[in-house]
Amino acid sequence: MTTTAAREEATVGFGRRIRKEDARFLRGRGLYIDDVKLPGMLHGAVLRSPHAHARIVSIDTSAAEAHPTVKAVITGALLDTLKLAWIPSLSHDVVAVLATDKVRFQGQEVAFVVAEDRYAARDALALIDVDYDVLPAVVDATKALDPDAPVIRDDIDGKSDNHIFDWEAGDAAATDAAFEHADVVVTQDVLYPRVHPAPLETCGAVADMDKVTGKLTIWCNTQAPHAHRTLYAIVAGLPEHKIRVISPDIGGGFGNKVGIYPGYVLAVVGSIVTGKPVKWVEDRAENLMSTSFARDYHMRGEIAATRDGKILGLRVNVLADHGAFNNTAQPTKFPAGFFHVFTGSYDYPVAHCAVKGVYTNKAPGGVAYACSFRVTEAVYLVERIVDCLADELGVDPAELRMKNLLRPEQFPYLSPTGWEYDSGDYPKTLRAAMDLAGYQELRAEQVERRARGELMGIGVSFFTETVGAGPRKHMDILGLGMADGAEVRVHPTGKAVVRLSVQSQGQGHETTFAQIVSEVTGIPSDDIEVVHGDTDNTPFGLGTYGSRSTPVSGAAVAVAARRVVDKAKIIAGAMLEASPDDLEWNRGTFSIKGDPSVAKTIQEVALAAHGSLELPEGVEGHLDAQCVYDPPNLTYPYGAYIAVVDVDAGTGAVKVRRFIAVDDCGTRINPMIVEGQIHGGLADGIGMALMEVIAFDEDGNCLGGSFMDYQLPTALECPSWELGETVTPSPHHPLGAKGVGESATVGSPAAVVNAVMDALKPYHVRHVDMPLTSAQVWRAMHGRPFRTDLAITD
Amino acid sequence: MQVPAPFDYARARSVDDAIALLEEHGEEARLVAGGHSLLPMMKLGLASPEMLIDINDLTDLTRIWVEGDVLRIGAMVRHADLLASAVVGEQYRMLHEAERVIADPVVRNRGTIGGSLCHADPAEDLSAALGALRAECVVRGSSGERVVPLRELATGPYETVLAAAEILTEVRIPIRPGAGSAYTKVERRAGDWAVASAGAVVWLDGETISEVGIGLAAVGAPHSVAAATEDAIRGRGADDETIDVAGERAAAECRPATDQRGPADYKQALTGELTRRVLRTAIARCRGQEA
Amino acid sequence: MQVQMTVNEQPVTREIEPRLLLVHFLRDELGLTGTHWGCDTSNCGVCVVSMDGVPVKSCTVLAAMADGRTVRTVEGLERDGELDPVQQGFMNEHGLQCGFCTPGMMITARALLDENPDPTPAEIREAISGQLCRCTGYENIVRAIRWAATHPQPAAAATTEAVPS
Repeated sequence: MTTTAAREEATVGFGRRIRKEDARFLRGRGLYIDDVKLPGMLHGAVLRSPHAHARIVSIDTSAAEAHPTVKAVITGALLDTLKLAWIPSLSHDVVAVLATDKVRFQGQEVAFVVAEDRYAARDALALIDVDYDVLPAVVDATKALDPDAPVIRDDIDGKSDNHIFDWEAGDAAATDAAFEHADVVVTQDVLYPRVHPAPLETCGAVADMDKVTGKLTIWCNTQAPHAHRTLYAIVAGLPEHKIRVISPDIGGGFGNKVGIYPGYVLAVVGSIVTGKPVKWVEDRAENLMSTSFARDYHMRGEIAATRDGKILGLRVNVLADHGAFNNTAQPTKFPAGFFHVFTGSYDYPVAHCAVKGVYTNKAPGGVAYACSFRVTEAVYLVERIVDCLADELGVDPAELRMKNLLRPEQFPYLSPTGWEYDSGDYPKTLRAAMDLAGYQELRAEQVERRARGELMGIGVSFFTETVGAGPRKHMDILGLGMADGAEVRVHPTGKAVVRLSVQSQGQGHETTFAQIVSEVTGIPSDDIEVVHGDTDNTPFGLGTYGSRSTPVSGAAVAVAARRVVDKAKIIAGAMLEASPDDLEWNRGTFSIKGDPSVAKTIQEVALAAHGSLELPEGVEGHLDAQCVYDPPNLTYPYGAYIAVVDVDAGTGAVKVRRFIAVDDCGTRINPMIVEGQIHGGLADGIGMALMEVIAFDEDGNCLGGSFMDYQLPTALECPSWELGETVTPSPHHPLGAKGVGESATVGSPAAVVNAVMDALKPYHVRHVDMPLTSAQVWRAMHGRPFRTDLAITD
Repeated sequence: MQVPAPFDYARARSVDDAIALLEEHGEEARLVAGGHSLLPMMKLGLASPEMLIDINDLTDLTRIWVEGDVLRIGAMVRHADLLASAVVGEQYRMLHEAERVIADPVVRNRGTIGGSLCHADPAEDLSAALGALRAECVVRGSSGERVVPLRELATGPYETVLAAAEILTEVRIPIRPGAGSAYTKVERRAGDWAVASAGAVVWLDGETISEVGIGLAAVGAPHSVAAATEDAIRGRGADDETIDVAGERAAAECRPATDQRGPADYKQALTGELTRRVLRTAIARCRGQEA
Repeated sequence: MQVQMTVNEQPVTREIEPRLLLVHFLRDELGLTGTHWGCDTSNCGVCVVSMDGVPVKSCTVLAAMADGRTVRTVEGLERDGELDPVQQGFMNEHGLQCGFCTPGMMITARALLDENPDPTPAEIREAISGQLCRCTGYENIVRAIRWAATHPQPAAAATTEAVPS
């Protein structure tokens, strides 16, 4: 093979490929939202409430308006006249853009200034005088429904409490019956505390209303540009064909950049009012205090089993803290997201969960930080409670899992709460992880160390994810069905472009989606351009979150690419004067069956398709195709994780010595990128298990509002990750791929927590809530762990 | 990002120039050295001086040298340079161990010894380490120089005895041969302030502790040292029992506050534990036993 | 006030407010948007640039303090269109995903290798411990810097050829 051919061969299809997008990032030439600079652009800043719950008595903006470079000051009163003070949330509630009557969480938006430069905008905030009448705050979710709790949402007609919804799944009666007859029942309260996705780039937008053309262009680092465009049209009454949303490069999303934040709406209003582009980019405090948090599930889990360790059923009651507005981003029919996949990776016939959502005086959100719509909560619960069961029975937690894991012959598997898991060989994956870890040797080492008084722990987590939302008849966000479009176009000279509905925030779509088209069409990756992020030139879709890009958009691209190849085959037949049925396809080349020397490459076909070749009846010219992919099901990536920790008995400090992760995400488009995704999620697990939390004091002050308070892991807290893989393709996905973006964040916290609990076995500690800081571990060892969602008080 | 309120700026060309500028502008002027304590506070609106006097050009304050039995460190020595200084490491290993856990490597490229000591954050590690070593601070004002024991420099959180127009120019550490020292810190995560830190330096006379210094950061120990604990173990045998006594006394002597880094009872127990550890290591190093 | 400094080997002179942070000076005045900002408390490190040869957090340095100094940003890492080995290492080892922390990481990596040409993974982790990454879990950043350590010669213009795994 010639060097050129070898090079081309090397860049076709799946495999380890360095990324195209790196070329600009490495040179500092990325275009992130704060890099966007438009002529005449002004800068906006938001004034936020220092109180968690307070009536607004008055707002005096006169001094701010008098500032020499301030161009506009906007309050809730002005927005009210535009009917924009409140906008629909993603969960059929309403969210305040600027507070009108009351503020309902610390950090809530109260006023907006627009000035000539960013420093002046911040200065102007200090010139606004707000008179508040402070009210008692609801901070403890477990007290939100107390009869004397202050009512937060008195803006809702007739609302007299802080209750949002009740939701359940599974068979309560059958589950209760199983529990009644079980030998062993273990009950455990498990908190998944409030945490935050905290991408390094904060949220922001540049809004530009062109009065002449009537076109509103919104640059925004959103993970879902098309959904935003449609929502702006619905909410602001602007014609949708006159709205353009452009997602530039995004410095991390992790579910933080899905919804429409008040700041974006304010930037739009600011642009309309001033006639100039208005940029608003939040600072870190605003990001942590007001944008979508994650988790905050108070769970009571109960597991029933036989004495010899066969799981019989699972029951969970959840109190879900949604903050001041219900603004969780998840499919409409699922107010608790996909939490009811909590039955996990195990085989048992019955389960039931009930979720109660409540308001508190905290920022709204809940579905974020790689949760796959609450799968993080579900997996954490089941993996913790299975470990508690192992503790109760005195059996090895890996052995208990192996005994109960779903078997390959059970797939596709219908879970007790209605999920159809597509494929899996779970025992193989667990065995692979145990082999990679040297599990038996680790247990032997643990025995020795324990004898010396050293606290070594080994924790296992086996997770099943459910991602790739989703079938449009079941899954929509605010009525927009979760099916995504894709377009593939081959140019006359044989290069191609693929236009996506999804939006990368670091997942490498410019590389991987080119590889998908390449794999299917045989065109080298280097010859394929990926276009994404601009609603003016990409097909509609619901964006990137919930690990849905590969399962949904990747499928759409694969199908569209296949349609291109199917059409190319017909045209090749015309070129070769043969029936398409007599042609063979070999990665980019059609040849006559039995005579490979008579062939046409897809590049040659493309040129002919744009030329004057006579095409068969019914076949149009050019070489392009599109697809709107409605997934038949979700996909179910899974994995087995093992964490090894050493706990300092004198200080309570936890060190993660090793972390072994064996993931199965089906077909791997680019193994290098898959591994990178996993590495990142594993670090999240360490962060959440050991140090991350957004807690509140009794006045509702947010105690996690900076990176000094909200602790994220550095390179020193993370071990060198040890990765393995098994590959069990999804039977329903065109490429057999399942997606992997959130798997590691979903599966890892339980592995770390299980490891620490394992280390503390000599202290008879069954469960302690995250984050397991040294203080919490020490207190647990001394029998007095503390609540982590509230301020530490004693 | 949050930004500071407006202020005026001047660059001092010499120590005397800095003093003159401070005198001219009074209480509303602040010196800025590394800036990694002051500038974040200004960004968050917790401090708003009207004038910043930049002293980063005062290169005559960046020396580290030994003169007789004194280790002399200029106030503008960056944390990174103290960590890299072989002279410092030779004399007192605890200073290197403390520096390694102060902030992070990039912040240490800017932060200065003088800045940290004068900022007087109660969780500040170098104050505890230098306090244990009974360092002295050379302070200069328009009326001349005075020497303030480090143990008397801070009068409370973020407050020192420095007058408005005074500048810390140097830190002097007495050198006595035969010392063994160690410093350790428990933090929620690399780069965080301490949950608790302890440092110890000892000299032995045979099997007896002839002199000892114990520094404690972040746990409310007055002047970041455990003076009563030092008194309690000076003259005792350098053995396990003494180490236990030191742990108990240090825990009793500190007054930690409950906050999001941990409850007071934990910090108290931690103080005892860390004191025991650094004392044990310091003694071993004194005896040439531990690397 | 006026400031004069050398940025990526070019002298620059500008009129600024004393309170202007160096990161904003670089980004907004000079248009060098490769340096980023990400927090308010000097923790995240996406703003790291090299000043007089050492990495500093440019959000915590006033532009005024950089007067008379030499600054190097990510835009100044490449030489005559050739990527620095650090940049090449990040590309080859997938040391970046969203790219937001990457300029700061590479500046620190370059400074580390200039002082310690053969650092261990532990030394690398310590050197970058003041800078956060949310995407990579740090593993490939360490590998990228190790790659640069073992390939100290600048490469020809980068290609997207497949790299043997």
